[in-house]
Amino acid sequence: MSLDRSVTNSMPANRKKLMNRSKRRTGRRHPLATVALLALGLVFTGGAYAALSSGSVAQAEAEPTSQETIEEGKKLFQANCATCHGLDAQGNNGPSLIGVGAASVDFQVGTGRMPMQMQGPQAQVKPPQFTDEQVKQLAYYVASLGPGPDIPADHLVNGGGDAANGAELFRINCAMCHNVAGAGGALTEGKFAPALTGVSGVHIYEAMVTGPQNMPVFNDLNISPEDKRDIITYLKYVQDNRSPGGFELGSLGPVAEGLLIWIFGLGSIVAITVWITAKSN
Amino acid sequence: MSTATTRSTAPEKRSFTAAASEYVNDRTGIAVAIKGLGRKAFPDHWSFLLGEVALFSFVVVLVSGTFLTFFFQASMAEVEYDGSYVPLKGVEMSVAMASTLDISFDIRGGLFVRQMHHWAALLFVAAIGLHMLRVFFTGAFRKPREINWVFGFLLFVLAMAEGFTGYSLPDDLLSGNGLRIIDGMVKGIPLIGTWTSFLLFGGEFPGTAIVGRLYTLHILLLPALVVALIAVHVGYVFIHKHTQFAGPGRQPTNSVGPPILPIYAAKAGGFMFIIWGVISLIAAMFTINPIWNYGPYDPSPVSAGTQPDWYIGFADGALRLIPPGWEFVWLDRTWSFNILVPLIAIGIFLVLVVGYPFIEAWVKGDKREHHIADRPRNAPIRTAIGAAGVTFYAGLWAAASSDLLATHFSLTMEGVINALQATVILGPIIAYFITKRVCIALQKKDREIVLHGYESGRIVKLPGGEFIEVHQPLDEYDRWRLVSFESYEPLMIRPDARGKITAGQRLRASVSRWFFEDRIAPVTRGELEAAHSSHHAEVDTTHG
Amino acid sequence: MAQDDNSGVDLVAADSSHAEQEFAGSTGTAVIPRDAFENPGFEPHRPRVTDENPKREKRAQRTVYTLFYLSILGSVWAIAAYMLFPMESNDVGAVRLNNMFVGIGVTLALLGIGFGAVHWGKSLMTSAESIDIRHPISSTPATQQGAVEVMRQADEESGFSRRTVIRNSLIGALLAFPLPAVVLFRGLAPQDQLPVELLSHTMWRRGTRLTLDPSGTPIKASDVTIGSAFHVVPEGLAELEHGKLEEKAKAAVLLMRLEPSQLNPAPGREDWAYDGIVAYSKICTHVGCPVALYEQHTHHLLCPCHQSQFDVSNNCEVIFGPAKRALPQLPIAVDDEGYLVAQSDFNEPVGPSFWERH
Repeated sequence: MSLDRSVTNSMPANRKKLMNRSKRRTGRRHPLATVALLALGLVFTGGAYAALSSGSVAQAEAEPTSQETIEEGKKLFQANCATCHGLDAQGNNGPSLIGVGAASVDFQVGTGRMPMQMQGPQAQVKPPQFTDEQVKQLAYYVASLGPGPDIPADHLVNGGGDAANGAELFRINCAMCHNVAGAGGALTEGKFAPALTGVSGVHIYEAMVTGPQNMPVFNDLNISPEDKRDIITYLKYVQDNRSPGGFELGSLGPVAEGLLIWIFGLGSIVAITVWITAKSN
Repeated sequence: MSTATTRSTAPEKRSFTAAASEYVNDRTGIAVAIKGLGRKAFPDHWSFLLGEVALFSFVVVLVSGTFLTFFFQASMAEVEYDGSYVPLKGVEMSVAMASTLDISFDIRGGLFVRQMHHWAALLFVAAIGLHMLRVFFTGAFRKPREINWVFGFLLFVLAMAEGFTGYSLPDDLLSGNGLRIIDGMVKGIPLIGTWTSFLLFGGEFPGTAIVGRLYTLHILLLPALVVALIAVHVGYVFIHKHTQFAGPGRQPTNSVGPPILPIYAAKAGGFMFIIWGVISLIAAMFTINPIWNYGPYDPSPVSAGTQPDWYIGFADGALRLIPPGWEFVWLDRTWSFNILVPLIAIGIFLVLVVGYPFIEAWVKGDKREHHIADRPRNAPIRTAIGAAGVTFYAGLWAAASSDLLATHFSLTMEGVINALQATVILGPIIAYFITKRVCIALQKKDREIVLHGYESGRIVKLPGGEFIEVHQPLDEYDRWRLVSFESYEPLMIRPDARGKITAGQRLRASVSRWFFEDRIAPVTRGELEAAHSSHHAEVDTTHG
Repeated sequence: MAQDDNSGVDLVAADSSHAEQEFAGSTGTAVIPRDAFENPGFEPHRPRVTDENPKREKRAQRTVYTLFYLSILGSVWAIAAYMLFPMESNDVGAVRLNNMFVGIGVTLALLGIGFGAVHWGKSLMTSAESIDIRHPISSTPATQQGAVEVMRQADEESGFSRRTVIRNSLIGALLAFPLPAVVLFRGLAPQDQLPVELLSHTMWRRGTRLTLDPSGTPIKASDVTIGSAFHVVPEGLAELEHGKLEEKAKAAVLLMRLEPSQLNPAPGREDWAYDGIVAYSKICTHVGCPVALYEQHTHHLLCPCHQSQFDVSNNCEVIFGPAKRALPQLPIAVDDEGYLVAQSDFNEPVGPSFWERH
């Protein structure tokens, strides 16, 4: 991320040209995008409420990098994270966090993966241990230690992009681990790519830029911010639009379909055969 | 009741029916068939309906498939999708994929028919599988039905081929990767593999020919074969008459059950509609093969959880279970045992399945016709062999979902695969011994019941102060169900006409010993009388 | 039982053509005890409730016709649903409703007939069982004799076994005539292609830029940060007139960047990477699925189809699963403008093994 900034600026324009050539824009916003926006609004309201009730000032939202926020974050960090990551985040049992950026902290702590409960193949999702406010404080403290990816802006994660482009990028870059419908999949030695249903746009974006656990990093030169927005748009589309065919069976593919036809299909039919051939009394 | 009303209300209708029947009969001689078949008996047992499940789901496949051919276009020409599904708009895809999406999203009821077609296909193969298990475990493949077993087996294979070709037609990412795997397997076949792959795909994979070719197979050649074989298969059922389970009045020389007209026609006809209804219900409620998620085929992406439909799963699982390193370069050529071993193992398995009736007949040397179905426990070795085969198949089948087993049961993928490798090799042996023991135990239990009656649960105090449980003796009908089976003994080797013992005889004798050394014979009259006299007091109590 | 055995023997007696009979005996190794039980004959007929209780009979009758009427209702509903739930363009939800309601109507129509008919058969139709007599499947000896006689006569009249030259030449002709039909199928594959040649080469040439799949944007070495995975196709793939997918099926590459110290290049491959950036064929050496699951910390690549695993830090050697060969590596370098380019084509055929590969 600390790479050549000039490249960063020139690339999306280049990409945009290619995109226009392939004419994938629909210019349509799904009605449920409004719902998603509302939900996001609620999340932020909840965050503000938590902030107020915990007695601190809700200004962190407006001025995230204020010295006060960073100080609060430092305290939280030293109390909760330093055992593994070191007092100054330089790494101890756990990795160094210098330069991982606010996005990484927001993802790891915001999804409850950190602090880790126990050692395992990979950190598990849990209910978050901190309020949104505290997560932000931690994030900006870590961000202050070295430059790294920031928490994405709202317009990139609200699902207002091009679902078709997002779907294609998702299939090429993500589906092999997360499954085409985002249902998740297995990795080696007990690790797995989690299901993406119910994961917020912000966290998906942050995961792409930071590459948590064994996930590769998808920096902005690989998948531009607009492309990331499109991927999130696609995932929201899949989540908001139930399958036209009926129940999805977990979107797990032929295995689930096979189980259904054997257990429910043939099972009910065998029950019926027993009824048909039973002597009526 | 209803026949009475028809009779009373419709004299002129009757005359019309009579005239119509006469007209038809004068030109077809159909009366022979109705007189001959109309009152034929069809033995009644739930498991005898499984083949019908396959037949009726095939009808759904045929009818829904015909509807789909009006809309599906089997072309791999590239188009830009412009249908209703937003996340695919503007995406380059083959005409086949685009037309399948149109069937799903832009033709009313199209998705319903498509889902019916696919669900019915899954049910078709599943029902064939279950039907084959029924025929196997009841010994219904014995003379004179061995050839019909072979026809049924061919239908099973054809059904899988129909399924796979159909699965590949939409040219989506999932089926495209399935074809990619087929291509890789074909290329691994020695000598002819590379060329076969080129012939199949019309050049390099994926080419632009395969969907059209599979379509021809899927809607023309394979269905024609399936229909022809079904006709032969069902024709033989009429010629042989259906088997029946042992029961009072059931003889090897008769066939007892409700007559085809009217009861069987009502039940089987009704059953046909029920099967159709169940398929339609599933199609209305459950998504199958959501190609809109998978997107068009592209050789670069792949989805986690890429699996074939269930009936190909055992082959995919076999590929997954091969340990690393089973490929060699020898004589300047590549020998891909990681592909050959699964192919050969599956080949041997299928040959054993189709050949089993002939093996069993050879071991027994029994040349009689058999029309009384065995209870599985009364043929312990056959049942145990069947259980071993089922375990082997199930192990391979489970292996095809190794990744999903790992994620859903929080296991490691490597652990699942290693465990299934062990299952496929040791599982059949364990299943064999357990099943054999269970069968023999059940047979012994049957003997106990015949000799001493059911445990009635009633405790009686005898004058001497002794407590005994009253055993309820069987009536002669129930007893007959438990004693009317035959047991076989191991073959004694005898020299042939020239005073020699051939190697074939020796082999047959040892296989026969393996089959029949632990035999439990049915209770005879003498044994029952002996049991009665030794438990005189007890018998008296129960009679009193 | 004795009765059974006798009849069994009868069946065998009709089938006297078996030579083995003298040996194994008609019943093989079956044991037929002398004092086996006898078949007690049919159980007495047990009447049903509907046979005895007119009220229950009425009720069953009502159930049956109600089910048939329900079926009609279902059919009507399915047609109505077809019209009531049109498929709005771009709305997946409308498709879902159409599918479900049409389906439920059809289901009701089918199940109504089905359950009605079965219930009619079970509770109202006379429940007497019919008895068929089985006859041996084999034809009677007289018929067999007749058939043999017909064949003998045909043979004599045609001279089929006498005129051996005619017969054998006919057999030869019959064997030869399908061969042209088999040869015609050669046309399934193009006439002018050499499979081995095609399988051994890809689009990659010296200096071909590595570009992003699907946009075709060239990639600078500096774009590829540590832990990244880029899905790569050769420059110009999208512009191909023909064979786009065929080329992509061979040329797809996964680009990853590790710490240079984490790479252990095989002898001769030291300069195939650029500053920790390595490019490997994405096509599995087992049966050709895309091996695209990259774990950035373990540096393992996993194939989702058959679970072969490859170690990127160790030349993509196989560490688990059915694949044998390492994934082929694409030697890369950087051009004057800083873009990643191929040094050459792959040094070996990519993808699944084939017979002529060595």
